[in-house]
Amino acid sequence: MIAALDRKLLRDLRRIWAQSLAIALVLACGVMVLVMGNGTQATLIETRDAYYERNRFADVFAGVTRAPKRLIPAIAEIDGVAQVEARIADYVMLDMPGMAEPAMGRLISLPATGEPVLNLPLLRRGTLPDPLRANEVAVTEPFAEAHGLRPGDSFAAVLNGQKRELTVTGLLLSPEFIYNMGPGTMLPDDRRYGILWMAEAAVAAAFDMEGAFSEVTLKLTPDASEPAVIAALDRLLDPYGGTGAVGRDGQISHAFLQGELDQLAAIGVILPPVFLLVSAFLVNMVLGRLIALERLQIGLLKAVGYSTGAVALHYLKMSIGIGVIGVLVGWAAGAWLAQGTANLYAEYFRFPYLVYRPDPASFALSGALGIATVLVGALRAVWASVRLAPAVAMSPPAPPRYSRGLADAIGRLLRLRQTTMMILRSVIRWPGRAAVTVFGVMAATSVMVSSLFTFDAMEVMLDDFFHNANRAQMTVMLAQAQGTRVIEDARALPGVLQAEGHSSVPVRLRHGPREQTIRLEAQDGRAQLIRVIAAGGGAVQVPPAGLALPATLAADWGLRAGDTVEMELLVPPRETHLMPITALTRQSMGQDLHISAEALHRLMRQAPTVNRLNLMIDRNALPDLYAALKTTPAVAGVMLWDETRERFTAEIQNNLWTMVLIYSVLGTLITVGVVYNAARIQLSERAHELASLRVLGFGRGEVAWVLMGELMLLTLVAIPFGWLAGYGFAAAVTAGLSTEFVSIPLVVTKNTYGLATLVVLAAALASALAVRRRLDRIDLVSALKAKE
Amino acid sequence: MKDAATRQPVFRTEAITRVYGSGAGAVQALRGVDLALYEAEMVVLLGASGSGKSTLLNILGALDSPTEGRVFFRDREITRASEAALTAFRRDHVGFIFQFYNLVPSLTARENVALVTEIARNPMRPEEALERVGLAPRMDHFPAELSGGEQQRVAIARAIAKRPEVLLCDEPTGALDSKTGITVLEALDEVNRELGTATVIITHNADIQRIAHRVIVLTDGKVSETRVNETRLPPSEVSW
Repeated sequence: MIAALDRKLLRDLRRIWAQSLAIALVLACGVMVLVMGNGTQATLIETRDAYYERNRFADVFAGVTRAPKRLIPAIAEIDGVAQVEARIADYVMLDMPGMAEPAMGRLISLPATGEPVLNLPLLRRGTLPDPLRANEVAVTEPFAEAHGLRPGDSFAAVLNGQKRELTVTGLLLSPEFIYNMGPGTMLPDDRRYGILWMAEAAVAAAFDMEGAFSEVTLKLTPDASEPAVIAALDRLLDPYGGTGAVGRDGQISHAFLQGELDQLAAIGVILPPVFLLVSAFLVNMVLGRLIALERLQIGLLKAVGYSTGAVALHYLKMSIGIGVIGVLVGWAAGAWLAQGTANLYAEYFRFPYLVYRPDPASFALSGALGIATVLVGALRAVWASVRLAPAVAMSPPAPPRYSRGLADAIGRLLRLRQTTMMILRSVIRWPGRAAVTVFGVMAATSVMVSSLFTFDAMEVMLDDFFHNANRAQMTVMLAQAQGTRVIEDARALPGVLQAEGHSSVPVRLRHGPREQTIRLEAQDGRAQLIRVIAAGGGAVQVPPAGLALPATLAADWGLRAGDTVEMELLVPPRETHLMPITALTRQSMGQDLHISAEALHRLMRQAPTVNRLNLMIDRNALPDLYAALKTTPAVAGVMLWDETRERFTAEIQNNLWTMVLIYSVLGTLITVGVVYNAARIQLSERAHELASLRVLGFGRGEVAWVLMGELMLLTLVAIPFGWLAGYGFAAAVTAGLSTEFVSIPLVVTKNTYGLATLVVLAAALASALAVRRRLDRIDLVSALKAKE
Repeated sequence: MKDAATRQPVFRTEAITRVYGSGAGAVQALRGVDLALYEAEMVVLLGASGSGKSTLLNILGALDSPTEGRVFFRDREITRASEAALTAFRRDHVGFIFQFYNLVPSLTARENVALVTEIARNPMRPEEALERVGLAPRMDHFPAELSGGEQQRVAIARAIAKRPEVLLCDEPTGALDSKTGITVLEALDEVNRELGTATVIITHNADIQRIAHRVIVLTDGKVSETRVNETRLPPSEVSW
């Protein structure tokens, strides 16, 4: 048997279902974003960890020019090393059937025993190459798919200057290459870059590496000190051309993946509080005014003997009802979206499987926050009403008092009509109420601005990367560093209009306790195709002495221009220098050090060399150029920047519409929640007054103006504040989403503000119009009687 | 007043009925009312609670429509008019006065009147309307700052400012004490005399009938009696 009071509760909730739903949905958004962000992140971390664990992803990675295998026992004896895997790896140029330009591959040796101990590739189709066959390879599955390769198919490759026909035996995935980028590209491209596994004997023979290795990876014991192991390993590898060992955080694939996960976490931290705060305000507003309308009933309930506590509980239950609906909807939508997003990421990263793990903590946290939000919102409103003595509560509230002042001045100045004066006075009389509407619309606008701006930022990053910093049409990667004569050779290739040489070496940078392995780019003062962008924008010349440091790294390390850092060359002569910082640079993708070419070669005590060629080309001669490059042994790979940009832009455009849709829905939900509720409450409070206007001869449209005009006025006032808040959130987002590899610029374009404004205005107008329909249907006679 | 035969009816109703609800719960508020209301006439509509007075007044003022029967304003039938036409009708020809004033609380006395003069075709100035009801000194006060009688006089000023042909008053003194009520009736009487506005006053206070030219009594949704006052009393001599 339901108590009469609970029956009333259920009927009340049914009566105000549209308003309750609007609040519940705003709350649901906050809960959903939290559950989704954490759920996706938890699932991806769980999946990645399982993948790493099952396929024995190494902890430390090191490259070396050529180290003898007899070094392996010494490496294994380093304190903290559990397992060692040494292998040969090198870049190779690939001539893929049906592809005019050369592709690039990284060839990795498989031990004679078959499976490697560490970084075990996951066989997706076919088999591993036969250890005794020199022309068999297994390739990464995404690369195979991009080329339609199946086991048994073959393609040509240039191994150390020799062209060979290779047969595919199997398709693999590897925990080492989840995020798979070619050297110097910063962007994964499965068509142009793939990983190839080949029997060790065959690789050794091709690269003259018998009895030697060029890469070593280590698994550490649980109690090992990673820095100590890295230092010991570097000491062992130094004499053989070690290029500096790194932990997982220096392994490209892992670091990128970690960056993505950090970004997800940042989203989960920034958005939910906004939604929760908005819903708290909404609940406060709606319940407050709802209860104001219930005064008489509250008085009655208390007069017949219900305690203040019982009456308060009654109204708190109502808000909890709304909260529970919001939390349940948010949980369901969040869990569903988390799985959907995790699936998308899994596909993007080519995880072989997904370990779905809903995060119970985020459910508990969002649920508790959601309910607490509505409770806090309701408490104040409930308290104000239940305090009243029954007799006071049962008599109608005193008419609102207005006073002359600001509105009169504005009204006289602008010769406003009386209906407009009603709007102004209402706003001035209840500033708190107006503020809630303004706050809600502001929040909606800011959510949209702070999510849509990522595309502005992306545009600037692409522009920086493809137009300002990199003006070359094509980059040719060389298998080995060569003398500058190679530039002349490049100019002689068909279709080459302009050629510049470029070189880079790995270095280790130290400052106090901080240390990072980083790429040092040599910048030729005469270079036009590759430019260094100053922190403040605009191309700069790298000074003849000293280093140009990425501004993000400088900020991280607390360095300024004029400070000095320690730089260890990880190539011969492997010396350490104290270098002054002479400039700070802006890099949207990657973090590279820059130095003038002369300075680098002076430090290296050698004649200038080149390991990359940047070209301007005649696109009509591309087939000839490709054909020539494919037969040039020195070439390891080719990047065609126009195509990369197009592909990247297309991918972003694709995501753009999904994002616009999702955030427009969120922005719309908040706006509708705020404006619809404000309008409904206004309508119920002012029905009498608005009906009087109809009686006086005002048309429906004119009466609607009083109601809608106020809401649209508040919406218009709120939107610029929303822009400001959105910009603030955008600043927080850039800080949260920037990673070691990607620094997101804080740019918000007019288009973003415009789109956010449009969506919010449309949602506000639609909400107000929905309430206007009710206003139109108002029965004049009963509205006028209502007061009596 | 001119003779009834030569006067023009402002309102004429033909057998109007009004039923609220349907089926067993239906309530018949009006059961066939025929009446005419003439220019410059002051009519008091008497009747017990539930006799259909307010329903009749609302139908005359186009706030409600009859279930059957026809209502004419001058020669135009308003029972079949569109929503827009009814709005225009209220705006241009009818002034309403209610028991609880129905002033807009956020507008001052002057602004409440201006609310109407801004949309009327041939209004008087708000100040003039307020002077007529003796409220010129308090025209910049908000409703909450005025007494009940003052508020009702603002309502009268608002109703007459458009120079309506008819004033419809639903219990205009119902919420007021007798002294204040008399000042309100005086204002209505003055408007009726000076502007020639046909006026219908609903009341269940039998004493007020003596200020009218004609008294119509409603019983159970029908006109049960119509009588003409040979001698009218000025409002100041009425008491209750």
